Amino acid sequence: MFKKTALTTALAAAALVPLSQAQAADYVIDTEGQHAFIQFKISHLGYSYILGSLEEFSGEFSYDPENLAASSASLEVDVSSLTSNHAERDKHIKSDDFLNVAEYPTARFASTGFEPTGEDQGVLTGDLTLHGETRAIEMPVTLLGEGEDPWGNYRAGFEGSTTLTLADYGIDMSSFPEPMHELELYVTFEGIRQ
Amino acid sequence: MWRNSTTGWGLISILLHWLSALAFVGLFVLGWWMTGLDYYDGWYNLAPWWHRSLGMLVLAVTLARLAWRFIQPSPALPGGRLERLAAHLGHVGLYALMLLVLVSGYLISTAEGDGIGVFGLFEVPALISDLPDQASLAGMVHWYAALALMGLAAGHALAALKHHWRDRQDTLVRMLSSRHVHSRR
Repeated sequence: MFKKTALTTALAAAALVPLSQAQAADYVIDTEGQHAFIQFKISHLGYSYILGSLEEFSGEFSYDPENLAASSASLEVDVSSLTSNHAERDKHIKSDDFLNVAEYPTARFASTGFEPTGEDQGVLTGDLTLHGETRAIEMPVTLLGEGEDPWGNYRAGFEGSTTLTLADYGIDMSSFPEPMHELELYVTFEGIRQ
Repeated sequence: MWRNSTTGWGLISILLHWLSALAFVGLFVLGWWMTGLDYYDGWYNLAPWWHRSLGMLVLAVTLARLAWRFIQPSPALPGGRLERLAAHLGHVGLYALMLLVLVSGYLISTAEGDGIGVFGLFEVPALISDLPDQASLAGMVHWYAALALMGLAAGHALAALKHHWRDRQDTLVRMLSSRHVHSRR
């Protein structure tokens, strides 16, 4: 009697373990509830900044506090959703003078590794594909917070930023002043644990 | 003199026709030139300002022109049945392309909800905005509609010359002078 119960419990527990481990780690980025932002900041003539964002994207990540090195993230961005709050400028940025969205409508990021560097800190490495060119990038990221939300889900939120040299992605900025040759990318999102 | 009859164009139609011809060719050349300007060119911001301002005025004039065309009689078309049908379709095409090029241009600048300032005097509000990739798509339509309009307008001009020199008809002359309005011929 006792044996049988123990066996059943053990079997049930064994069956649950892989499932609960997977559940603990996998998150979908909450773009539906719009708790996710991809923004860029680029100099204008060296005098000030143009700020803009990419509004349509989706992604997921794995994050397990017990196994940080196994963390990963992937994002897919609809580049045509770029906006800097100026219709004609955005049309120009998306034209073949710069991002050529007609030919390269999607930008992607797929992580290749994660290295924890401190409490709630780490460096995410991965391949960024933009304008049809794929380059390895490093992005320092910070865990901003995690916990249960008021609606029955579990959330974890991060932010990270990195600087891209536009020439690396085949985007010719040579006719513009030096400060405009690179841009700062800032990403922050909340994921909902699956 | 001001109004049309079934034998000739009145002054208002003649004026609207040549004003449109000048405006559309001018806007086409201006648009082509300005989109190739270097970022550091002094006209980089000013040329589009003129293009937008003039375009909005031409849109208003074109709507008025279409209204005038509908409420006024039109001079009879010369030629056989097929030639008259071709002429009619050509004219409908010209009006359609004029509207398309004007509206698509308007949809570029208003794509993110901002209105279009006209010579800094007043602003045409944005009515349709935030459609997916609106500015780029409207821009593509704007370019091809403008190209098609220039092509069809060139055909229109050639046809007018053909009527004048080959057929010896008054088709071209009656778009130059309103005296055919009362012609008894």
